[in-house]
Amino acid sequence: MWQRFAPALPANPWNWISVWRRNFLVWRKVALASILGNLAEPMSSLFGLGFGLGMIIGGVEGTSYISFLAAGMVAASAMVSATFETIYAAYARMQTNCTWDAVLCTPLTLGDIVLGEVAWAASKALLAGTAITIVAAGLGYAEWSSIPYALPAIALTGVTFASLAMVVSALAPSHDYFIFYQSLILTPMMYLSGTIFPMSQLPGSFQRIAALLPLTHSVDLIRPAMLGRPIESVGLHVGALFIYAALPFLIAAALLRQRLMR
Amino acid sequence: MSTAAVDLFEVSKSYNDRVVVDALSFTVSPGECFGLLGPNGAGKSTLARLILGVASPDAGKICVLGEPVPTHARLARRGIGVVPQFDNLDLQLTVRENLLVFGRYFAMSAAEVKAVTPSLLEFARLENKADARVGQLSGGMKRRLTLARALINDPQLLVLDEPTTGLDPHGRHLIWERLRALLARGKTILLTTHFMEEAERLCDRLCVLEHGRKIAEGRPHALIEQQIGCQVIEIYGGNPHELLPLVRPQVQRAEVSGETLFCYVTDPEQVRVRLADRTDLRLLQRPPNLEDVFLRLTGREMKD
Repeated sequence: MWQRFAPALPANPWNWISVWRRNFLVWRKVALASILGNLAEPMSSLFGLGFGLGMIIGGVEGTSYISFLAAGMVAASAMVSATFETIYAAYARMQTNCTWDAVLCTPLTLGDIVLGEVAWAASKALLAGTAITIVAAGLGYAEWSSIPYALPAIALTGVTFASLAMVVSALAPSHDYFIFYQSLILTPMMYLSGTIFPMSQLPGSFQRIAALLPLTHSVDLIRPAMLGRPIESVGLHVGALFIYAALPFLIAAALLRQRLMR
Repeated sequence: MSTAAVDLFEVSKSYNDRVVVDALSFTVSPGECFGLLGPNGAGKSTLARLILGVASPDAGKICVLGEPVPTHARLARRGIGVVPQFDNLDLQLTVRENLLVFGRYFAMSAAEVKAVTPSLLEFARLENKADARVGQLSGGMKRRLTLARALINDPQLLVLDEPTTGLDPHGRHLIWERLRALLARGKTILLTTHFMEEAERLCDRLCVLEHGRKIAEGRPHALIEQQIGCQVIEIYGGNPHELLPLVRPQVQRAEVSGETLFCYVTDPEQVRVRLADRTDLRLLQRPPNLEDVFLRLTGREMKD
């Protein structure tokens, strides 16, 4: 049993780095376009909603609406970046370009590849989240001193959503199926998890569901950090995100083994 | 532990109740070029995947470079170079970067890859293309880069899955010449192909496959001598089924495949005399080859 599953796990703690570096080398050639493309949407949401709705709403939870929203946008953009990198780019490397097939002929295992891809997607999430944090801090919507606390939370958010998206990639017969994950899972989660408005606005039953969602835990870590407030229940949120990262990783690895190593 | 480069014993593999490899055994000795010859769907690519440990057999034992596969496939793969059936190079990267990326998978440092890159590019005749993007290379150049990439870890064993499929004759001959150079350096090659000419030119020994079963094994010329052992006349231009009774007394054996009548004869002149008045026919006399062996063993041509 163990021997059957071993190829789906990372062979050692460093093999994944060569997969990450391959993706970095390719990305570096289109870095500027990639950064601009990834930031345009969260930035326009931040300013559009922040200024527009901010006028009407005024303050939320003791801060300006745009400051409240900035933290939500950081968490949401980390989620979206990690997800899209996994379901579109990594999926193409697996399915269309057969990049993974080439790597499977080397001493790397499938687990090394999956870990490298998850780490890469998380890196892109970290980049997107950090860029928004810096812009927000530069405009006075977040504390500069909070950035060192926000970065690990953004990175963990990236790992979590990359792992979850890897399960979707492992199951999807073609990329046409990804729209279901986006519209049925990610978009509702964004509204439920307190990114755009406080969770306390939701009906009670929805609040209980929302409390279980991974993005809620991300927001609960990132928002207090960015607003320079004490973070409550750090262990709970980090632990929950860790579980949401580790379990899907193992499930994805097992599913991908079924799919690619038949 | 086996001293063979590749050792398969009673290996079977099925996909959804379809038997792809059926209790197959063969051994590849170090330094030889061993061919797996068969039509599409004979199980050649599945065998390559089994040998690399990318797929697991349902039954049987596989040992590659002294390592049991798939359990220790990772160790075995350190000493293997692979040319897959379809190119999977990184098209956005340059030739040089492709080698760098692949070297890292074998735990090579950038300096180590840099040190071997010139000789690999020279081997692949890509010296002038080092900084070209792979997407801009011709099919033959991509194939040669794939071969150079397979050599990055200085492998003992090369697994080549249809290495010249899709290449023009010039590109094909260049690859063959490069593979012979590798054999001269003492590399072991396991080659899958459905090109008779490729198998005859390169392989020391080969295994002819049909539906995942071995139907013949041996040296190419010994197989041809054993199974055919005489001249071949291909006749086309008429209805082969009508022609068959006409020439039957003059031939050792005859096979109809498609619109061609294959006559196996010790004295070709007799057939020519017999058909002298049939100006509508075209006769092609040639020495026997592996295609004839396959036709004899299976009753059909290997060509798709």
